[in-house]
Parts: sequence; C-alpha cells; structure tokens
Amino acid sequence: MSDRNNIVRVSGVTKDFDLGKIVVKVLKGIDLEIEAGKYISIMGPSGSGKSTLFNMIGGLDKPTSGKVFIDEVDIAQLDAYELAWLRCRKIGYIFQTFNLIPVMTALENITIPMTFAGVPADDANKRGMELLSQVGLDGRHSHRPSELSGGQQQRVAVARALANSPSIILADEPTGNLDLTTGEDIIALLKNMSIERGVTVISATHDYKMLNVSDQVIWIRDGRIDKIQERDELDIRTGGLESAH
Amino acid sequence: MSRLVALPLSKSFQMAYQSIRVRFFRSLVTTMSLVLAVAFLTFIQTGNDTASGLLSSGEESVERSLTKAGYDINPVTKTIASSAKQRWIVFLSLLTCVVGIINAQLMSVTERFREIGTLKCLGALDRFIVRIFVIEATIQGLAGGFLGALLGGLMGLLSTFLKFGFSTIAYIPWSTVGMTMFYTMCTGTILSLIGVLYPAIVASRMQPIEAMRVEQ
Repeated sequence: MSDRNNIVRVSGVTKDFDLGKIVVKVLKGIDLEIEAGKYISIMGPSGSGKSTLFNMIGGLDKPTSGKVFIDEVDIAQLDAYELAWLRCRKIGYIFQTFNLIPVMTALENITIPMTFAGVPADDANKRGMELLSQVGLDGRHSHRPSELSGGQQQRVAVARALANSPSIILADEPTGNLDLTTGEDIIALLKNMSIERGVTVISATHDYKMLNVSDQVIWIRDGRIDKIQERDELDIRTGGLESAH
Repeated sequence: MSRLVALPLSKSFQMAYQSIRVRFFRSLVTTMSLVLAVAFLTFIQTGNDTASGLLSSGEESVERSLTKAGYDINPVTKTIASSAKQRWIVFLSLLTCVVGIINAQLMSVTERFREIGTLKCLGALDRFIVRIFVIEATIQGLAGGFLGALLGGLMGLLSTFLKFGFSTIAYIPWSTVGMTMFYTMCTGTILSLIGVLYPAIVASRMQPIEAMRVEQ
C-alpha cells in the first residue's frame, strides 16, 4: 500500500447497466486514488459515466466488478447499518437541488445528521448555530428552506454536510442550480472549508469555475479516465481559457 | 467502536408532527376519509346501543316503534343486534376507507421521495423512515378516530331523539355509548395503521441515490 494517505481508492471498477436486451457498459475499468484533504473535481460530458463513478465513491451504488475503498474499507463488505453509519459520519453530501427537508428550519436541517449520530440535542443546536454563522447565515436559523434563496439554501446544505465533521464531502453539481456569482460564493465556501478543516471535497461538475480551486481534476470520457491533471498543469489551462475570453 | 446511528423517539415524533403541520391540507384529506368511516361506524353502533337501552325500558309502545323504525328485535332474547345488512355496509365503508388511506399515503410517499432519499444519505436506517410514517399515521388515526367517534356518536343520539322524542334521554345507556365511541376510535387508529403499512415499506426500501435525481 502506498505511503500517501488515500481516503478513497477505486480499483478496477466497472459498472454495467442491464437494460434487458442490451447491457450498457458505463464504466470500463477505473483505477483511482484520492488523497485526503484535496479538492477534487470530476469532470466529463454527460453520459461519460461521471455521475456513476461519483455515486460509487459515495457508497450510493455498487460496482459490477472491482472494489471501492473508503478509508481502506471495502464498501461492498458493509451491511446496511455500517453503510448508514458511513453516510452519517464519514461522508457529507451536497446536492445540485439542495435537498433540504422542506418541513424543517435551517437549524433543524443542520442538526439531523448530528441527531442520527447520537449527539445530544443541546450540543447539536449549539454546533448548528456555529456552523450557520460559519457559512454566513447568522440569524436565519428559524427560516424554512422556502424562505431562503437558492444560494442560502446551498449554504445550509454545506453546513449540514459538515455537521458530523466528515472526512469527505461529496458535492454533486453543487453550482448547477445557482447563478454565476452565487455559484462562485459556494465554491469559495467549499474551498475554505476544505483548507480549514482538511476535508476532502469531491465534486462532479460541468462548471469550469470549479477548476480554479481544484487541486486535481479527473477527466472522465467514455467510461474511462481520460486524464488526471494536477493543479500546476491546470493553471496553464485555465489561464488559456481566461485569455481566450 | 460503536457504529450506530440513532433516532430518538421524541425526535421522530417531532419530525412526524412537523410533517403533518406543514402539509396540513394533505393530512386533512387523508384524515377526512377516516373521520367519515369512523363516524358512520359509530352512528350505526350508537343507534343500536340507544335502541337497546330503549327496549330495556320494557314499554310495549317502544318495542312497536322500534320495529317500525326498522330495528331487528330478537324475538326470544328481546335484544337488538346489528343486522347482517348493517355489518356488510359498515365493512364496505371501512374497506373503502383503508383503500383511500393507502392511496393517499402512497401519494405522500411519492411526493417525499427526495426528502426520504436525503434522509438516507444523511444516515437514516430503513426503520427510521417506517417509524416516522407510522407515527404520522397514528396521530392522524387518533385525531380522525376521535373526531369521527364524536361526530357519529352525536348524530346517533340526535337521530334517536328525533325518531323517539327527547323523553328517551332517560333510557340512553351512556356508558355503553361511551365504550362504543372508544372502540370506534381505536378502530380508526388501527385502520390508519393498516393503511400506512405498505406505503411506509415502499418508502423505507427507497435507495438513497434517488435523492440525487434532478427531475421530479
């Protein structure tokens, strides 16, 4: 095993979807190691298998063959309780559609994962308020999602993802439903949290704004890894993009 | 290391209560079918109870007017039993009610797919989801059962007074009527629980990946 501290390791993963008459090979053998504390973007066109790979890393889907390790634990070996525990404590999810619970206030939304983790209500509320102020939503704790803007909802979602101090944050197109500046704010927030807390952020995205903050970009094409670019290689590329405008 | 996820009962109650309060209209529609079914059941039972009370007064005229009103008096024991026709109609109304509840709860599950998926992504176990739905159904069942029993009981008494006059108030077997109302309320709650069982299992089996779906 390598010396690097790999939080996620994907080895020889393939995924087939059986559609009855035809079998679609979505992933055709992916090998990947993700270092702890990095900000990773998974990029690729629609239908490239990007989302499928992303879901596997998050323990939301199981590979047809190959293995996915989170913290060197093979997730295929986990039972329902252990998977729930993993989702609760190790992984924070951020969704394109925010996915706050509509009947709950901002604070209650943030405290659900802590309740599941067995944190006493008072401690959970206290930490919830701290998280709210860290994402810049002081005084909004009693607002329902419907009373918040898209950007504010996504901030609540970021705070919720951080509630149990997970090792990994999985963000599925976190800026997909946000306008340009709000999207940039959310990206900056995620990047800050990643630096301050040493959380590994893995996001699947189409958004080129993400490239600027990524430590590593994994390009997926046609079910395989097309290329993996480190930050220093990226700067040249994004510089090129910027100058092209 | 204990790898456990938990949802305290008080928190489940809070979540169920909030869900009912915020989606009050939907809950009301579900509960209304229950209210009506329980009210009908209570109405029939209370009618029989009061008629039995009147019969036990032993007056000849009462027995005649009861027969005239359509009650089946057992000629040997001189008691009033619910007729086969009554039982059949009550059974059908309860059956319709349960089917209605299943339908409404399945709609509610579909509506909340993303919410359930999200809860699962946050670490909820299948049984947390079942528990929330069951608590919601219990609250709805108790509320609907209570209202239905009250409504049906009042209507039953009122119809007795209208048919046989207010003088019959002396012969009303209050404790029997009370017990009937209690039983019908329990029946309502049980119906609500039967109705939610299948939808709750459908909800709990949902995969967390559903939360990721964009279209809805």
